[in-house]
Amino acid sequence: MKHTLLALVWGSASLALALDGDVGIHDPSTVVVAGGKFYTYGTGGTSLVSEDGWTWRKGTTLPLRQLAPDVIHIGDRYYLYTAANSGQTKADVSMIWTKSLDPGSPDFKWSEPVVVASSDGIEDANAIDPGIFLDPTDGRLWLTYGSYFGHIRLVEMDPKTGKRLHPNEPPLNIAINSEASIMIYHDGWYYLLVTHGSCCRGADSGYNIRVGRSKKVTGPFVDNIGVDMIQGGGKLFVGSSGRAIGPGHFGLLDLGDGVQKFSLHYEADLDRGGASVLDLRPLLWRDGWPVAGDNAKEGTYQIESLRTGTVLELAVEGVPVGGRRTGRGGGFAGTGGVIPAQDPATVSNAWPKGNLDTRMGNYMSQAQQKWTITPVSGGGGYPGSPYFKITIAGTDRTLAATTEAELVVVPAFNGTPEQLWRLDQLYDGSWRIMPKSASGSEGPLSLSAVGSSFATLAKFDPASEKQRWILKIP
Amino acid sequence: MRTFKRETSFLLIVLAAAVVLLASAVTGGAAAVPASTLSQPKTEETKPGPDGFIRRWLVLEPIPATGLTDSIVQAAVKKGSFVTEVSAVPRDGENVNVEGAQLTWHAVDTSNYNVNLFHFARSLDKNTSNVLFWVVTVVHAPREMRDVRLAIGSNAASVWWVNGQEEIGIYGDRQAVIDDGVSKRLTLKKGPNVIRAAVVNGGGATDFCARILDASDKPLTDIVVNLRP
Repeated sequence: MKHTLLALVWGSASLALALDGDVGIHDPSTVVVAGGKFYTYGTGGTSLVSEDGWTWRKGTTLPLRQLAPDVIHIGDRYYLYTAANSGQTKADVSMIWTKSLDPGSPDFKWSEPVVVASSDGIEDANAIDPGIFLDPTDGRLWLTYGSYFGHIRLVEMDPKTGKRLHPNEPPLNIAINSEASIMIYHDGWYYLLVTHGSCCRGADSGYNIRVGRSKKVTGPFVDNIGVDMIQGGGKLFVGSSGRAIGPGHFGLLDLGDGVQKFSLHYEADLDRGGASVLDLRPLLWRDGWPVAGDNAKEGTYQIESLRTGTVLELAVEGVPVGGRRTGRGGGFAGTGGVIPAQDPATVSNAWPKGNLDTRMGNYMSQAQQKWTITPVSGGGGYPGSPYFKITIAGTDRTLAATTEAELVVVPAFNGTPEQLWRLDQLYDGSWRIMPKSASGSEGPLSLSAVGSSFATLAKFDPASEKQRWILKIP
Repeated sequence: MRTFKRETSFLLIVLAAAVVLLASAVTGGAAAVPASTLSQPKTEETKPGPDGFIRRWLVLEPIPATGLTDSIVQAAVKKGSFVTEVSAVPRDGENVNVEGAQLTWHAVDTSNYNVNLFHFARSLDKNTSNVLFWVVTVVHAPREMRDVRLAIGSNAASVWWVNGQEEIGIYGDRQAVIDDGVSKRLTLKKGPNVIRAAVVNGGGATDFCARILDASDKPLTDIVVNLRP
């Protein structure tokens, strides 16, 4: 946050790039899950809450209406850090805590604020934009903070109280000329994510999120080309794309089973009048670096198993594209023209009516191998996305889960949970595909390539390739 | 002139080879070759190894069959009396009449994970291409086993039944890949369970492999295989 409070007018909450409902927020904190709900807090003490991570609404305002909060759950407390400027670079980071984030709970009561870090208006630092990090390797708690005027700084905190552990020790400078810093840990590395560029100018904001990494929590944090972040380095993690301008304020949302998302805001969602909005996107990893993934998009795909290379198809006899060619040299010369795509409306006339099985086979560009993925309005959602229906392209035939945890294709979509699908992009860019529910199952199930020619539903195993799928455009 | 002679000789050799191949294709192998991977069972029963593959089968001498598409293979397996006998278990050496031909069931143990039907047919001087093989085995479960799956691979198309219920159909010209076709979850009843399949080959090598996976997709090994229902 380069500037103080913003008086933003949120745009309408129609289905757009980022989430659904009331998603207007600036400088969102890390999204935390509490009591089955998702919470995030923004500049001005604003908050958003969601039951499913897809549809959001305004939450209770914080007692401190300050800048760019961050929040973490440790033990039975939720510690929230936020900051305020009293001069251009004179600022304090304050901490408050509560045992519940739910205003309806008797445990919902924010503590009195405690200042945990400051900048005096002269030193090369601006003590705002706190980011809190619990080191999973040793349980130590760290706070980073800072905004453009000088350094991003690191201090150690007490995980028992949320307060500064060694208040008389000077902070450590770990980066420069950035803001919205926060640290995460992955596979032996500490990653420092910061936001570069300018905020608060709508579609003219140059915000972008950058990252460096270190083997030690104290740095040095170096980018992919060897530049230390203390000298302005930082590998681009995510910049503006499509109609979402100015991404900033990274926060990790770890859903378990190896499924990670990150929260952020866009300075301007062009489909929401250029308002600043929350988004949740998949977090991917490539060559030891975090990569911003994308939520599933409506379209027609071949659904290919990472394990077997075969694709999910309706179990019907395929017709070669362009018809069968036989006889001497029939396959070599071609037809001399462009062979059009198979028309599902025509081909499907020969398919049996009623429920049909699925199977898997080599992709041959045939109609029964192409699936259209469509978001379902009013069907609910999950962090970052609405549920989707999955139909054979050009038909109403709809993929569904059976009570025996198998797959079936029914003649038409009727909106039941067995026909709603969740698509989470995994760390390697592949997808986990899960029915919203499968009656009779003991827990969540995901599409699983148990054989080269057969898919089923099974419990997700992050260590296996069985439940990882590639969506390719046919 | 010398060149002409050499070319003529070469042409004659090619023609002769073609005649031998043609004869082989029409009447079976030029000569029966012992099936190096197959042997007659010498014990009453056997168990799968750690990989779970079922190595004892009854195999019927091949039936002429052309075509590997879903509809052609389904039509082929529904022909004759086999439709109503999919859970019946023949005896080793039993003869059956299939479309006017006397064919014999042979009990075999395979030394590999797969049953090499090319070896089987060639050893009997039978056709190996454009043929359908019926195979049967019996697995004895020590208890009722729920949520298991039959997992097979076949060269080429094949259809599989467990206790008379069709569980798997894979079609087209394909190689035998372990766990290619996998059934939905099924239940093995305590005692004998009959597994029957029809494997249809177009041309070239032909074989199949089969095992049963438990609810965690691990090979089932605590079953006994014999050829008695």
